[in-house]
Amino acid sequence: MLLSLENAGVYKSERWLVRGISMHVEPGEIVTLIGPNGSGKSTTAKMALGVLKADEGKTYRRQDLKASYVPQKLDVNWTLPLSVSRFMRLTNKASYSEIETALSSTQILHLAQKQMSQLSGGEFQRVLLARAILRSPDFLVLDEPVQGVDFNGEVALYRLIDDIRHKLNCGVLLISHDLHVVMSTTDRVICLNGHICCSGTPANVASSNEFKSLFGEHALSGLSLYKHRHDHEHLLDGQIDQSSKSKSNLKQNKSEKNHALRKAKNA
Amino acid sequence: MLDDFFIRAIVGGIGVAVVAGPLGCFVIWRRLAYFGDTLSHSALLGVALALLLELNITFTVFCISVVVAMLLMLLQRRASLSSDALLGLLAHSALAVGLVVLAFMTWVRVDLMGFLFGDILAITRADLMMIWFGGVAVLIALIKIWRPLFAATVSYELATAEGTRPDFANIVFTVLLAAVIAVSMKIVGVLLITALLIIPAAAARRFSKSPEQMALIAIIIGVFSVWLGLSGSLEFDTPAGPSIVVAALSFFILSILPLPNLKPRNQFQKIEPAKTELDSETP
Repeated sequence: MLLSLENAGVYKSERWLVRGISMHVEPGEIVTLIGPNGSGKSTTAKMALGVLKADEGKTYRRQDLKASYVPQKLDVNWTLPLSVSRFMRLTNKASYSEIETALSSTQILHLAQKQMSQLSGGEFQRVLLARAILRSPDFLVLDEPVQGVDFNGEVALYRLIDDIRHKLNCGVLLISHDLHVVMSTTDRVICLNGHICCSGTPANVASSNEFKSLFGEHALSGLSLYKHRHDHEHLLDGQIDQSSKSKSNLKQNKSEKNHALRKAKNA
Repeated sequence: MLDDFFIRAIVGGIGVAVVAGPLGCFVIWRRLAYFGDTLSHSALLGVALALLLELNITFTVFCISVVVAMLLMLLQRRASLSSDALLGLLAHSALAVGLVVLAFMTWVRVDLMGFLFGDILAITRADLMMIWFGGVAVLIALIKIWRPLFAATVSYELATAEGTRPDFANIVFTVLLAAVIAVSMKIVGVLLITALLIIPAAAARRFSKSPEQMALIAIIIGVFSVWLGLSGSLEFDTPAGPSIVVAALSFFILSILPLPNLKPRNQFQKIEPAKTELDSETP
C-alpha cells in the first residue's frame, strides 16, 4: 500500500472542507475522485500528498514515497524567465534525453525551449503531465490533468496515464470530470461531496443511487452512440502522425467517445 | 589601496550588488518588494537600538530584520489585516519608532542622512570584511537552497507535494534577505535598499531565458550601477544611495526600450542540447 487516509478531514475557515475520508492507493492502480465543484476533491488529493494536514483522522504514507503532482492551477507569471525544459527540472535533476523522452510522450517536444508564460492552457497541461512523469513517481496525483486539452489529445493523455501506471507500477490518484473516461480506465472510483458518497468499482458506482443523484440519471448515457474511426492523427505542430495510420486497430477502443455525427452520416 | 575611501566604497558596493542580484530576483518572482521594504525600514530601528545599547550596528540591524521578518510571517498566518496593510503598518511604524528613539538620544550625534541615503565615507575596512565574508556566506547558502527555494517560488504546493521541503528554504531565504539589508544599509541607505534589490533584477528580466541567467545578469547590472552611481556621487557631490539607484534605473529604462535586438530569441531557436546548463546526474 502506498498511502491511506483513515477517517481524515480538513477544517478551514470554520467549516469542514471534507470529513470522514477513508481511502487507500495501491501500486499500479488508478483511483479516481469524482464529485461536483466544491466537493473537496482537490482538498482530498492535497491531504493525500501531505500538502494539507488532516485536522482529524489518520494519514499514512509509505516511507520515501516519491510523489508527483499535477496541480489544478499553477500560475507562472511573466517576471519568471522559465523555459519548459528548465521547468522539467523544477524538483529533480534530469538529463536532456530524459526531458526529451518525457516531452515526446505528451507530444510537446517542439515546446522544449518555449517560455512557460507563453504556453496555451492545453500545452501547459501537457508540460505539467510530462514533468510529473519524468520523475518516475511511485504515486502520481493528477488534478484535472486534461483541462483545456483538445479532444484527441485528451484521449491520448488518458491512454498515456494508463500506460505509465503499468510501466512504473505507480499508484494514480486522478481527479476528473470526464465520467466516460473515468469509468473505462479506473480501478476504483470515489464519489465525493464533502464526504464519501459512494466508492467501489466503476460499474458498482455507476449503478448506485448516490451516483445518480449527484450526476443525474443520464450522466453516462449516450456512451454507446459515440463510436467512429479516424484514419490518421495530427501531431501538435500540425503534421500528420504517420505512425498513427498503421495502428488503426488501437483506435477502436480509444474512439469510444468520439463524435457520433459522422458515423450517423456514413451509415 | 583600501586606504582610499572611494575604493572602499566601490569594493563594498560591488560586494553588496553581487548578493543583491540573485536575492532581488527572488524578491521580484515572489512579489516580495513591499516585504523587503518593510525589513529595510525596520533597519533604522536596529540602528537606534545599536546606538542605545552600544552594539555593532550591522549585527543589530541584522537581528532586528530577522525578528521583524519572523513577526511578519506569524502575523500573516493569523491574518486579521490584509498583508499589504500589515506590511505598510510595520514598515512605517518601525521607521517612525526608529527616528523617535534616535531623536531622544541627544547624547549621540547621528548622521541621519547617512543612514537614510547611504554614506560612502562611512565604510570602514571592518565593514568591507563584513560585506565580503557575509556576502560569500549568503551566496553559498543561497546556492544550497536554490532548487527547493525556486521550486517553492513556482508553486509552494507542488514543492511540498514532491518533498523538497520549501518551508526550510523559505526561512533561510528570509534570513539571507535580512543579512543583505544589514550589510547594504551603509552603502545605499535604509530607504533605498529595496531599490538595489529589485531594480537590477527587473532590468535583467528582458535579457534572461532562465532564472539562473536572470540572477547573473542582475549581478552584472548591479555591479555597473554601483560603479556608475558611486562615481557620479563623487563627481557631482550627490548622496551615494540615490546615485546608485538612479544608475540602476537608467539600466532598467534601457531594458524596456523597444529595441528589437534586445529580446531573448528563444522561440526561434531549434532545440539544442545545452549540456553545460543541465545536470548530468539522473534522478
